[in-house]
Amino acid sequence: MDFALTPEQTSFREEVRSWLAKNLPKDWSDRMRVGSDVPRPEVYDFLRTWQRKMYEAGFMGLTWPKDYGGRGLTFMEEMILQEQIALAKAPPVLNILAIGMAGPTIMAYGTEEQKRRYPAKMLSCEEIWCQGYSEPNSGSDLASLQTRAEKVGDHYVVNGQKVWTSIAHQADWMMLLARTDGKAEKHKGITYFLLDMHSPGVTVKPLKQLTGDDEFNEVYFDNVKVPEANILGGLNNGWAVGMTTLMYERLALGFGLQVRLRIALDGLVDLAKRTKKNGAPATQDPNVRQKLAQMWIDTEVFKYTGARAITKLLKGELPGPEASAGKMMWVEGHQRLQELAMEIQGPYSQLGRGSRWAVDGGVWQYSFLRSRANSIEGGTTEIQKNIIGERVLGLPKG
Amino acid sequence: MNFGFNEEQELLRSTARKFFDNECASVTVRKLMDGPEGMTPDLWKKIAEQGWTGLIFADEHGGMGLGFVDLVVLMEEMGRAVVPGPFFSTVLLGGLAVREAGTDAQKKAWLPKITSGEARATLAWMEPSADLGARGITLQATAKGAGFTLNGTKLFVHDAHTADVIVVAARTSSGQNPPAGGQNPEDGVSLFLVPKGTPGLSVTLLPTMDQTRKLCEVGLKDVALGAEALMGQAGSGWAPLARVIDRATVALCAEMCGGAQKVLEMTVEYAKIRQAFGRPIGSYQGVKHKAADMLVDVENSKSITYYAAWAMDEGVPEGQLAVSMAKAYVSDAYRRVSGLGIQLHGGIGFTWEHDLHLYFKRAKGSEFTFGDATWHRERVAQLVNL
Ligand SMILES: Cc1cc2nc3c(=O)[nH]c(=O)nc-3n(C[C@H](O)[C@H](O)[C@H](O)COP(=O)(O)OP(=O)(O)OC[C@H]3O[C@@H](n4cnc5c(N)ncnc54)[C@H](O)[C@@H]3O)c2cc1C
Ligand SMILES: Cc1cc2nc3c(=O)[nH]c(=O)nc-3n(C[C@H](O)[C@H](O)[C@H](O)COP(=O)(O)OP(=O)(O)OC[C@H]3O[C@@H](n4cnc5c(N)ncnc54)[C@H](O)[C@@H]3O)c2cc1C
Repeated sequence: MDFALTPEQTSFREEVRSWLAKNLPKDWSDRMRVGSDVPRPEVYDFLRTWQRKMYEAGFMGLTWPKDYGGRGLTFMEEMILQEQIALAKAPPVLNILAIGMAGPTIMAYGTEEQKRRYPAKMLSCEEIWCQGYSEPNSGSDLASLQTRAEKVGDHYVVNGQKVWTSIAHQADWMMLLARTDGKAEKHKGITYFLLDMHSPGVTVKPLKQLTGDDEFNEVYFDNVKVPEANILGGLNNGWAVGMTTLMYERLALGFGLQVRLRIALDGLVDLAKRTKKNGAPATQDPNVRQKLAQMWIDTEVFKYTGARAITKLLKGELPGPEASAGKMMWVEGHQRLQELAMEIQGPYSQLGRGSRWAVDGGVWQYSFLRSRANSIEGGTTEIQKNIIGERVLGLPKG
Repeated sequence: MNFGFNEEQELLRSTARKFFDNECASVTVRKLMDGPEGMTPDLWKKIAEQGWTGLIFADEHGGMGLGFVDLVVLMEEMGRAVVPGPFFSTVLLGGLAVREAGTDAQKKAWLPKITSGEARATLAWMEPSADLGARGITLQATAKGAGFTLNGTKLFVHDAHTADVIVVAARTSSGQNPPAGGQNPEDGVSLFLVPKGTPGLSVTLLPTMDQTRKLCEVGLKDVALGAEALMGQAGSGWAPLARVIDRATVALCAEMCGGAQKVLEMTVEYAKIRQAFGRPIGSYQGVKHKAADMLVDVENSKSITYYAAWAMDEGVPEGQLAVSMAKAYVSDAYRRVSGLGIQLHGGIGFTWEHDLHLYFKRAKGSEFTFGDATWHRERVAQLVNL
């Protein structure tokens, strides 16, 4: 067991640190004090530019092969980078669905042509990706999806609807799961397509979320043509390919989310120190102290459980139980953190953006509300528990 | 970074697992816990022969010179088998106290006997106040000639009734006892080696909820000790004592992790075979989801414990923080896991015959040994400047 860094890793850390110190806009952390926030619409342009800058500095796609625009480094460097990003309270990556999921899936299943065409543009944020899995009647039970793709000449023609598609209104490409064989068993007739969101027949309708923002969308397909060459991983093999994407999603979550949780916790401690409770800083209230300390512990625990998963990856093993625990821990931890932020504010927690009395401009209220999605997006907590119960512990299916 | 175990450590794990499966199966545990000693000379000898009593001690004292990360592996396996007896008290309390605070002569006198399994040791530091801080040490040591006279009572002393030597924490300061405001309670604490049979020393075995763990009351009435009994410098015993307690806490966490892992395995096995309403209970989400929660608790407990063990070996500045994070987390987690283990077994989980209660009681006892979660969360709060 060893947490020490090699001299090369130490110098990489210094490189990241000094670059961030020089390039991070000073007003960023004021604008988005709560680091766990998902990017809000008004900061998209800024985030696009920021990711491009990170890319040009060589800090995107550290673990991706050099041939496909990455740097060919290990997860260790990625972890160092993420840690420095957290410490500097730097912005999140905008093109996260591409980098966390689409890219790795394309590199795992793609043709050489696909691998040269897409990944590099994900890193530079030139092309933004969205994930077209969920449909109005297919969420947790993904394999029941109904969007069809029929072969016409050397194209497929897509008809149907997706829903809850995050960032679709900004996206250039979609990871699309569509049914290509209606007669096959439900898991076997699905194909994974790379769909150009600018194709004729694609309509994106923003949905207003309970936060008041429109971050996810309905997407309609009306005779949308997709070239056959845009199939990823073979016809009717979409279930296996799609599951790979979800595995990367969970891995990416484990990585990035611990960082966001750390940033959020730092923000929370800062809030507690600035807030008076019974005439003293809230951190001196024994109840708040206990809860804050537990958050601190849980955040660290999350980090070390992640480190165990990464160690397995570095050794070339598949991540075990540690990895599947990640998503659940993040969800539970983050929702509790946001509840605590409300508790610390007391009656002020009722005031949102626009009030001169709102604490920190109402930003906590926003992330509190947003955190309710955590246990639904990317697979609900119930589904995660089923996966752990069945795949990790080997319990029988219900 | 490499946050996993190496081949030697994996080998130690499989050796220990096999050993305890053979030598300390639950029938044996039950026999041992029923007796006052908590251990047979034969099993103790075998444990020592494996080199485990010397695992963390230097080779000049007959040990293997390994670290806490190695020890964690062994402790996990002991927790898994709920091994009773004086391993913990001898190695992690008495033995470690000699290593951390003893003079060269004291180390030469006791450590080789401890590593060989010839002598058993323990540490008497808590008192009826149950105060975990230095303030809690009020047992008076009065200087008398070149030596000291000790008077007072110690409580919650592990295996004192079978120990050949007890390390006793006492107050030698000439100031007020307990220390007055403004005085640092850590000053004036001294450690003494009190061998078995010393006149004035009395040991009473206490009935415990966890019968696999023997706790004693130790009385000292005009116990006269020579100068050679004092460990290191008079008045500066708190620092090494605190180091011993921190390290023992990490070892305890590892033991708790092993127990929690075993409860999870027993429960999952049971949930696969036990049928209700025509289906295995593990196919009901009410059961499955609880098992998933147990897994998360177990994996996280391991992560933070491994980190704390690594921090002990490396002597990193955040060592104390790592210890408290681990103890807070694992105390809660083992309680939850062992409670759910009983729940998911239904009526059979509530029987004496089933092993679950051994783990449940260990969890509860361990929770309050060296500070519960609330106590350690407060220490975390202080250490991170909340
Ligand atoms: C903010 C946000 C962003 C999202 N972004 C995207 C995106 O970009 N792309 C995309 O494709 N999807 C996205 N989603 C959709 C998300 O993946 C689904 O909402 C999720 O999979 C749940 O599906 P559902 O909403 O249909 O709920 P349902 O599947 O109808 O579930 C309803 C409830 O029943 C429970 N349930 C269902 N099945 C089981 C079962 N077998 N056992 C126990 N409980 C069960 C669920 O846990 C849940 O509590 C997003 C969702 C949100 C909230
Ligand atoms: C102290 C004590 C006294 C008792 N006294 C009496 C008495 O006097 N007379 C008498 O007749 N009985 C008595 N009982 C028995 C008691 O009623 C049963 O233990 C209880 O009904 C559970 O049944 P079981 O033990 O067979 O567990 P099981 O039914 O095997 O259940 C095991 C676990 O699976 C869970 N489970 C089972 N089915 C489902 C499902 N469909 N969905 C989700 N979870 C499920 C259970 O909740 C439990 O956690 C006593 C039990 C105890 C502990």
